[in-house]
Amino acid sequence: MSSGVAVDLENVWIKFGDFVAVREANVNINGGDFFSFLGPSGCGKTTILRAVSGFLEPSDGRVLIGGNNMAGIGPNKRPTALIFQNLALFPLMKIWENISFSMEVAGASAKERRKRADELLDMIALEGQGDKLPSELSGGQKQRVAIARALCANPDVLLLDEPLSALDLKLRQHMRTELREIQQRVGITFIYITHDQGEALTMSDNVAVMKAGVIDQIDNGHEIYDRPATPFVASFVGENNVFRGKISQISGSEAVISSNRSGELRAQITPSQVGKMNVGDDAMMFVRPEALALGESDPASKTTVSAKVLNEEFEGASFSVFLEGDGGKQIKMAMPNLGQKLEGHTGETLSVHYDANNAVVMPAGELASE
Amino acid sequence: MSTASIIRIALFAYLAIFFSYLLGPLVVMSLTAFNSAAFPSVSPWACYTYEWFDVLFNDKHIKEGIYYSVIIGLGTVALSVSMGLAASIVLTQVWAKFRSTYYTLIIAPILVPGVVLGISTLVFWDRFGDFIRAGDGSMLDGLFHNGIFLTILGQSSFIASYCMLVFVARLQRFDPGLTEAALDLGATHTQAFRKILLPFMRPAIASASVLAFLASFENYNTTTFTIVKYKTLTTVLAQKVRLGINPSISALAFIIIMMTIILALGFETYRRNNARKEAVRLGKAKESKGFLPGFLTGNPAAIVLVLVSFVVISMIGTAQSYSPQQCKAEVLAAKKAEVAKAIKALKLKRTIKQQSDSLKGPDIFTPDPANKKGSFGGVFDPNNLTNEEPAKPEAPAANKKPASGAFGGVFDPNNLQKD
Repeated sequence: MSSGVAVDLENVWIKFGDFVAVREANVNINGGDFFSFLGPSGCGKTTILRAVSGFLEPSDGRVLIGGNNMAGIGPNKRPTALIFQNLALFPLMKIWENISFSMEVAGASAKERRKRADELLDMIALEGQGDKLPSELSGGQKQRVAIARALCANPDVLLLDEPLSALDLKLRQHMRTELREIQQRVGITFIYITHDQGEALTMSDNVAVMKAGVIDQIDNGHEIYDRPATPFVASFVGENNVFRGKISQISGSEAVISSNRSGELRAQITPSQVGKMNVGDDAMMFVRPEALALGESDPASKTTVSAKVLNEEFEGASFSVFLEGDGGKQIKMAMPNLGQKLEGHTGETLSVHYDANNAVVMPAGELASE
Repeated sequence: MSTASIIRIALFAYLAIFFSYLLGPLVVMSLTAFNSAAFPSVSPWACYTYEWFDVLFNDKHIKEGIYYSVIIGLGTVALSVSMGLAASIVLTQVWAKFRSTYYTLIIAPILVPGVVLGISTLVFWDRFGDFIRAGDGSMLDGLFHNGIFLTILGQSSFIASYCMLVFVARLQRFDPGLTEAALDLGATHTQAFRKILLPFMRPAIASASVLAFLASFENYNTTTFTIVKYKTLTTVLAQKVRLGINPSISALAFIIIMMTIILALGFETYRRNNARKEAVRLGKAKESKGFLPGFLTGNPAAIVLVLVSFVVISMIGTAQSYSPQQCKAEVLAAKKAEVAKAIKALKLKRTIKQQSDSLKGPDIFTPDPANKKGSFGGVFDPNNLTNEEPAKPEAPAANKKPASGAFGGVFDPNNLQKD
């Protein structure tokens, strides 16, 4: 198997008429990485993938695969293989013919093709199913055939365009692990497109979060989740409580925000903004529901909020507690289910606190719309 | 009686009328092929005969016509299927704003009358030959005035549009992602077309080919202008109608009808048999263990097919030995007796007339009311020219078949030979 090859996007712009689908994308993907583009639909992530696979030429900038400029090189000449959202298995060909299509067009004999197809069928645990038609397989099986077909071309880079979106939840979770395993086994670069943050976080080495053609943040899953760079990333990836206000105090990487309704709150400045924020700036502070806990009211710590319990939801592994702070501020708190009793608190005013290290503050901006 | 049953009866009556309207002419036409009467007719029935098939197979004009019809049909299929496929693919690629205009443009030939297409094809290629100075006797000049070449072009100009409609319908269900997937896996554009799009289009190509062939085979109004010195089946038939037809045309119609029925049944049998096999394979139906062969079970089309084939084969078998000479002789004798009787009556009438004429004097200008049999008062009847006898009404009786057609039997070739 070929080893992974780096993919770089240098200052890539993609425009359709007046519409800018991708704005100034700069991405460096290491060879052998599992890299995800995460974003809501219509954010331009598929457009980037098509530019890498060669179905689109960037309006400006360069796409490099393994250091080679890909300008003017068609999709059939690039060392990439794309797995389509709808899989695009050839409906009139048998499974083994589908898998070995890349060899057929290269002129390999039927015997060679059959042999390689059978090897790949073994790998995806579909041995003996080579003579079926795609319509006779289940969704998960088709999925694996599509992967085998792409791998049969021995690509240096495998591109996956939301391949799991059509599967049901259980199968999706199973395929996540399987995809990750296959990637580690073959060792080539995977570029994965998804709007599902769970998929992006579980499988990827690195994630690029996109919004309306702009890449907001590129980092590993932990950093994306814990230190979002923009309000969009903070609100799109996972759940977050947002507090709006103005910066009232800055000391190094820590800042205090004077929030509109919940008093003074202390938090870490997101790494990319350290040194760039000033007192008096409009800012947003984010704290995850699971970072909140019940505690003593201590206004001096600037990490407590008092709020009234509206209702609780039991979710099996955890409780979600919905609170209302001063001025109708909605706050969500998640607590692990450890057998504690939470009933009877509805209507009570409680004090909720968090660790300032688990809260981030950043310049105010657009949130992800639900 | 309840409303429901009235509705049902009305529905059945409607269906009966509808189908007799559709199929009645075909049935009558087929029957005339087996009547020994010289003009295609069912009543009066003379003798059951296969002689018109003999006449048909020995008619060199019809044979030649069929030969050229098939050649032109095949040429038209090749040209119009490829043009239609190309046009439909362009339709999917063309700039979206231009698409509906392009579609209208491509579909326009269907709306242009065939006569116009025929004349313009003829004129255009003649002018074109002049324009590129294809001299007399050069190969190109011969081509531009060649009936087969011109007819293929003329017919394809509108049949290609039909084909395109068939292809567009199929292409709408094609996932362009498949072509992209093929390209992504290293296929060239030609390979993607040949290995992905073409196999997908195969059923549409087959039906477009059949459609194109049939449209070409039955086309008359374009062909009649472009065919020049050649002939196709349609032009031969048209010529025959002009000069007087005989039941050999019915025989040809019968053969075509039978071929159609057998092909349709064969296709249906094949389809149902496949569906049954599929059901068995998926475990939805059991493999039957009856005494009938597998493909006949639950397949009415197959049973009808077997029966029809049996009838046709037995017909061909008996045609070799069956001879209606006896019957024909009887009919001839009956005819002669009738003629003799008519002559006798005529003579009697004449003597009576002579007797009265001797009193009044001849009056040949009084039109005989019985003369107005056909819509043109029998003026076209050639007998009017030869038969000076005023006692005209007896002639049709002697003719065995009353001139019942709208043209007073003028097309009957016998009219020319009789008397």
